[in-house]
Amino acid sequence: MKFLPLFPELLRQILREPATNRFPAKYLPRTVTGFLKAVGEGKATIVPPVPTPPNFRGKITYKIDCCIGCGLCAKVCPAHAIELIPGTKQIRIWVGQCIFCSQCTGICPKGGLSMSDEFLLADENRYSENLIVE
Amino acid sequence: MSDESKKAPYIVPIGPNHPALKEPVMFTFEMEGEMVRDVDFAPGQAHRGIEWMGMRRNPVQIVHLTDRICGICGVSHTFAFARAVEQIAGIEVPERADYIRTIIAEFERIQSHLLWAGVAAHELGFDSLLHLTWRVREQSMDVIENLTGNRVNYGIVQVGGVRRDIVPEQHQVIEDCLTTYEGLLGKLLNLFLDDKTITMRCRDCGVLSKKEALELCTVGPTARASGVNVDLRQDYPYAAYGDLDVKAILPDQHLGETHGDVYDRIVVRLLEVGQSCGIIRQCLSEMPPGPVTAEEKLAKLLAVCKKATGEAIGRVEAPRGECFHYVRMDGKEAPHTWKVKASSYSNLMSWIPMLRGEQIADIPIIVASIDPCLSCTDRVAVIRRGEKSILTKEDLHRLSVGKTRRLQR
Ligand code: SF4
Ligand code: SF4
Repeated sequence: MKFLPLFPELLRQILREPATNRFPAKYLPRTVTGFLKAVGEGKATIVPPVPTPPNFRGKITYKIDCCIGCGLCAKVCPAHAIELIPGTKQIRIWVGQCIFCSQCTGICPKGGLSMSDEFLLADENRYSENLIVE
Repeated sequence: MSDESKKAPYIVPIGPNHPALKEPVMFTFEMEGEMVRDVDFAPGQAHRGIEWMGMRRNPVQIVHLTDRICGICGVSHTFAFARAVEQIAGIEVPERADYIRTIIAEFERIQSHLLWAGVAAHELGFDSLLHLTWRVREQSMDVIENLTGNRVNYGIVQVGGVRRDIVPEQHQVIEDCLTTYEGLLGKLLNLFLDDKTITMRCRDCGVLSKKEALELCTVGPTARASGVNVDLRQDYPYAAYGDLDVKAILPDQHLGETHGDVYDRIVVRLLEVGQSCGIIRQCLSEMPPGPVTAEEKLAKLLAVCKKATGEAIGRVEAPRGECFHYVRMDGKEAPHTWKVKASSYSNLMSWIPMLRGEQIADIPIIVASIDPCLSCTDRVAVIRRGEKSILTKEDLHRLSVGKTRRLQR
């Protein structure tokens, strides 16, 4: 039975790097958009995010030219994120709804769907252009 | 003393959302001074209607819904559901898939128990220990992400097998993680069990006797901490557990005695982290080569599931205890019935004997000690004439007993 067995560990921690990756900047910028603009202009540097693991399932990509409109992807999509556009042989993917399971990419007979490494998808508008793939 | 204060007991409501509780549940405490004289609780605040959604989807879609029943048991629910559907459709799961499922399930146990240990430390006001456990937990999350693609909601189990194989390069990642944890375990045991404050707060606090644990059908680490020798992996081996040598961890193996208190629950969970490391290591060395899924083509799998008729249950030892899925299919795309009984459902009732006679300050740690997960548990919210009536303790207990009877048949 000991008092404060964690104490040495805490002292050591003072000298260590924090475990957290400080993405996108060491301290929270006053405005994130302003910060990103500054990064774009080369005035600030961004701390890169943790690299994605192999076979990461990020934002979906769709090759419209190979699609035959078979609708198999919509059939297996658990989140009902895929819509067959009526009257065409094309689909529309609502990324705001997508749960990134990658089931549609596996079933597509033409290999027209795949998952990219893109994951910074937060948006206050779920119908924004960035969140609709067609 | 005024006459007012003589009117003990007074009622203290805590919940449905309260900073002292990590989960939404409504407690009503009858207090006598600092002491809890009696307690009642009402779950049902986090009902999301997942089963309703599932009954409108095909099994291939449902596996991803089951992932989302619980944020911690990301694989247990899917695993149980897939096992039920596989039994109905007569799908034989390849052996390698069984091993991979086992490895993921054990990693899930490791991260869940470490998460719980952190929460327990936080409830005791020991936040530096919370940060330490959660920092070391990150490594298991990273391995899970490496193996499955996601940190939570793994999406790795599919009916008939798993969706990703473990390739030789990943063995090293797993091995590194196991070595770290095996090295850390002694330190964690020391930090938690030899700390005077933790011992004083947790020893003989929130006691659940073996008899009560049996009567209330408690499952998982909560039951094992009371000395009940139950573990699905040992009693009804599934997946690869039949080939492995898994023995339920009981507190008297470590300390030589069983108190059934919060301290014993810490002991059991921490030792299970070590046990899981051993299981994963054994799985990795014994994993046979071969395919990882019985049916690679999802379209064919859908056709097989569509033809299936019958009913089955799938049971899995989740980090919190037995996770139970009942599925009935009648030759349609969507299952006819799907019922989930999460492990916390069986464990909630044990709060009552644990909390009786304890002090008000011990409520958070006792409530947290069974590792409750209400998002898994809240399957029923009864709405009658616009009024929400929550099932009472008696109702829930009756249902629980009925369900166990059905299971035994
Ligand atoms: S990744 Fe999953 S949720 Fe997203 S569109 Fe494809 S099937 Fe639907
Ligand atoms: S499965 Fe492929 S080919 Fe068929 S509709 Fe979807 S994207 Fe098009």
